[in-house]
Amino acid sequence: MDKMISRSNQREVRGIENNTKQFSETIPDSVFKKFFLEVYSLTIFTLRFFKEVIKPPYEFNEVIKQSFIIGYKSLSLVGITGFIIGLVLTIQSRPTLVKFGAVSLLPAMVAVSIIREIGPAITALIFAGKVGSGIGAELASMNVTEQIDAMSVSGTNPFKYLVVTRVFSATLMLPLLVVFADTIGLLGSFVGINLKDKVSAYLFFSQVFQSLGFNDLFPAFIKTFFFGFAIGLIGSYKGYNSNKGTEGVGKAANSAVVFGSLMVFIIDMIAVQITSLFQS
Amino acid sequence: MAANTSSIKIEHNKNQNNSVVVEMEHLKKSFGNNHVLHDINLVIHKGENLVILGKSGTGKSVLIKCIVGLIDLDEGKLVILGQNISELNDKELIEIRKKIGFLFQSAALYDSMTVRENLEFPLRRQMNPVPKETIDSLVKEALQNVGLADAIDMKPSELSGGMRKRLGLARTLILKPEIMLYDEPTTGLDPITSKEICSLILQVQEIYNTSSIIITHDIECAKLIANRIIVMVDGKCAAEGSYADLENSSDTLVRSFFE
Ligand SMILES: Nc1ncnc2c1ncn2[C@@H]1O[C@H](COP(=O)(O)OP(=O)(O)OP(=O)(O)O)[C@@H](O)[C@H]1O
Ligand SMILES: [Mg+2]
Repeated sequence: MDKMISRSNQREVRGIENNTKQFSETIPDSVFKKFFLEVYSLTIFTLRFFKEVIKPPYEFNEVIKQSFIIGYKSLSLVGITGFIIGLVLTIQSRPTLVKFGAVSLLPAMVAVSIIREIGPAITALIFAGKVGSGIGAELASMNVTEQIDAMSVSGTNPFKYLVVTRVFSATLMLPLLVVFADTIGLLGSFVGINLKDKVSAYLFFSQVFQSLGFNDLFPAFIKTFFFGFAIGLIGSYKGYNSNKGTEGVGKAANSAVVFGSLMVFIIDMIAVQITSLFQS
Repeated sequence: MAANTSSIKIEHNKNQNNSVVVEMEHLKKSFGNNHVLHDINLVIHKGENLVILGKSGTGKSVLIKCIVGLIDLDEGKLVILGQNISELNDKELIEIRKKIGFLFQSAALYDSMTVRENLEFPLRRQMNPVPKETIDSLVKEALQNVGLADAIDMKPSELSGGMRKRLGLARTLILKPEIMLYDEPTTGLDPITSKEICSLILQVQEIYNTSSIIITHDIECAKLIANRIIVMVDGKCAAEGSYADLENSSDTLVRSFFE
């Protein structure tokens, strides 16, 4: 087991596959078995990531290239959704606040919802759909066509070159995208308010910033790193360990999105528990 | 049978009187209940072209993938360039791999890169940075060798099957490896290009004194390039010898490969 983790080449993963195969032959078929095997190999994959991310040489060029692909190319999608969410949320919250005579609280309320929850969660889900599936499909097709094997044969560590760079870029890019989406979301909200009321930009944003404290901004920002990490890691894991065959590519992309999104919600739930510990 | 092949092996040792670059003893590999390699004993000498013949699915590709460590052995000893593979750590393994060239049966080109980038990739991944002019001239030379000079800015998806194969070959040869493993280098190529690839393989052997294993179904090619031939049947070496030896073998199965 120790030796297995310490090996850092393609054959290690093969070794794990063989081990899991042998392991799986000893337990009867069940959903539980599948689940535990998956958790087991995902854990090993994660440990390997941490081992290889700190070990030189570092693939700076590839990280920059991936960050560009992952981050910059998602900007428009994330911006458009952010704007629509801000606008819709504002329009839909207004009637309720009118009922209680609290329309003046609208900017503050929308700001807190966007910054704390809706911005990070929606952006992460879009990120899982676009980036997670992209990584899953790309690595799976490289696996099917033996490109990953070709890399390790030519003396490049494919885990480091392909997986570490992508996971790292995803972890760094999602928080930036969330900040961008939040900002555009608040702009959308400003537009939404001005459809019915007349509020100056100065008044709107000063209300927004008054309502937001450290407790709103900091935990919301920190959790996005975990979202990005989980999405990148699961996409890479599904792609890197896909079945050899074109069918494996579709499956990898699909389950990268499904499990990536699920992980976003699970992390979100954990994060809310932790932050409420400090707030009460 | 095993005793038989090993006696031939020893004879060859004497004949060539060359250093051994790859040595396998009692190699075994199974996938679940599918026993692919049974008991492979084999040596390759410096500067030798060893051709492996065998029916589809007998484990030829698995055998050479074991040599580069893409597939783990179940049992047996594998020594490459004097180093026992199972005792090496990551770094040493990567160093050994840089001395081995591997042509995949499927060419395994990097889809996201152009032809030029495909060739540059192995060069750029070297420990000592190679200057840009050297890279450029090496890439040009490699493409000319396989007749693809015009395709330099294309993507692999724009190439024909044979062109992909030749590009794969160029990418493998660009590092001038000490050991070359060719998995069906001429399959899917027209007879003229096949001949060209064969003479390229011979050229590589002559100029760089490379030791090669060539898996092929192309008997003309085998005749041209082989110093020694091994016939694999059911995951074992069934016969071993020169082209002339095996052509006149008493075993009908072995002989049938040469008809
Ligand atoms: N990664 C793998 N997992 C499971 N079984 C495998 C794997 N690779 C190869 N095999 C099995 O090993 C056997 C030998 O395959 P291999 O590819 O070595 O054949 P081959 O001799 O190269 O045939 P061909 O001439 O058609 O290329 C086949 O039965 C195949 O099913
Ligand atoms: Mg094969």
